[in-house]
Amino acid sequence: MIASIKHFIKTFTLFELLQGLSITGKYFFKRKITIQYPEQKTPMSPRFRGHHALRRYPNGEERCIACRLCEAACPALAITIDSEERGDGSRRTTRYDIDMFKCIYCGFCEEACPVDAIVETHIFEYHFEERGEHVKTKEVLLAFGDKYEAEIAKHKEADAPYR
Amino acid sequence: MDSLIAIWESVPEALRIVIVILLKIVAILLPVILAVAYTTFAERKIIGYMQVRCGPNRVGPKGWLQPIADVVKLMFKEIITPTKANKAVFFIAPMLALAPALAVWAVIPFWEGGVLSDINAGLLFVLAITSLDVFGIILAGWASNSKYAILSSMRVGAQVVAYEIAMGFALVGVLMAAGSLNLSDIVNAQSGGIQNWFMWPLFGLLVVYFIAGVAETNRAPFDVAEGESEIVAGFHVEYSGMAFALFFLAEYASMLLISVLTVLLFLGGWLSPFGNLFADIPVLGFILGDGIHWLFMKAFFFLVLYLWFRATFPRYRYDQIMRLGWKILIPVTLIWIFGEGIAIGLGWEPWK
Repeated sequence: MIASIKHFIKTFTLFELLQGLSITGKYFFKRKITIQYPEQKTPMSPRFRGHHALRRYPNGEERCIACRLCEAACPALAITIDSEERGDGSRRTTRYDIDMFKCIYCGFCEEACPVDAIVETHIFEYHFEERGEHVKTKEVLLAFGDKYEAEIAKHKEADAPYR
Repeated sequence: MDSLIAIWESVPEALRIVIVILLKIVAILLPVILAVAYTTFAERKIIGYMQVRCGPNRVGPKGWLQPIADVVKLMFKEIITPTKANKAVFFIAPMLALAPALAVWAVIPFWEGGVLSDINAGLLFVLAITSLDVFGIILAGWASNSKYAILSSMRVGAQVVAYEIAMGFALVGVLMAAGSLNLSDIVNAQSGGIQNWFMWPLFGLLVVYFIAGVAETNRAPFDVAEGESEIVAGFHVEYSGMAFALFFLAEYASMLLISVLTVLLFLGGWLSPFGNLFADIPVLGFILGDGIHWLFMKAFFFLVLYLWFRATFPRYRYDQIMRLGWKILIPVTLIWIFGEGIAIGLGWEPWK
């Protein structure tokens, strides 16, 4: 009896509705946590896995020795490698394609690489402008590595003590 | 200047009246439509803030041009007609939804005498015209030839019938207190400061009226008509471009209307809460005295309440809406009117 009267009063004073309104009202004045993306960015780990790159040694020689460990490690079968003997007798890739649509950015290729040739950079803001551009060829990957070598080296350096 | 007056006087008398009325209509509708545009902006901003987001802030300074961008986008979008839709009704429906929502503003007084047509059955006109709103929605649902749309319009039909009654009864309470159907007279009956507003003796009716108003305009938490999670977007699923925008315009114009009506009927419209307390002080007396700015401020409060509700309450289930309308709001208004009638009969009229 008393419970039903209580319930009656509670519903007719709209108690619970006002409670709800007060909560949203409070949140209206809370500090907004939105990051204004292009101007502001969240801090990024040196381990961030973004666009791939093929690196070179400081003397300009490409690192990749066509061991195909990355190809084997890739769970999405995104990497395709063909290799041949080069003029100086060393084994080098003639083809190194990464299909960016297949890639799941797991970083296993980077883990598998014995010479730190293939790496995933911190660059995540990229796009494709033409059909077929999603398959990154060896030239593109090497050029990408050349372009961002300083930053890649910095991030690898920062992460080195934990590897 | 003289030549302008000469031209004006050469215009026939009857035509002159028509021109003046048309200008007045433009003077009312332009601000209303602009207010609608910025209500959508306010909605997105306020709901965003309540969800600890920023809301739109990219177009123009702080996002202030967002509604303009939306309008431009909608105007240039293609209007798609479903193949099996009834073309004529399909295109008439949005206009039918919008026209009543705009027509009602004819009898809304903005300040003492500031009304397009001061008819003495103003409130009756409001009730009659706002009821027409639902035809646009029902016809849109039917003409779209879509399951979701027709479901939605059936819901709207039932919902609006249920809440129209509660709304009407709430208004009866106001009529009994004011003794007039003319909106200006109703506001003037509340003159003399905040203690004379009808919201005190008729508080229950104010609550019922506003809840019914929210339901009438199909806004959250009574928006089963749109019901994104169940029936996509309800009656306007098949509409795109400007035809869709008209429905939006109608919905927001009705929201503004309900806010303004609530203020006129229960919160003394353009009357200042201080009455004539500050009438003798030069500048302060003007600001704190009666005027359209009070109407705007009070209406803005109710408009924010609309958005606040939407940010807070989950949607009612259909049967809950029906239960609330028929079993709670209508009995409450009836009891309130009964009590008010007894009070009037005994000559105890606190609002006088």
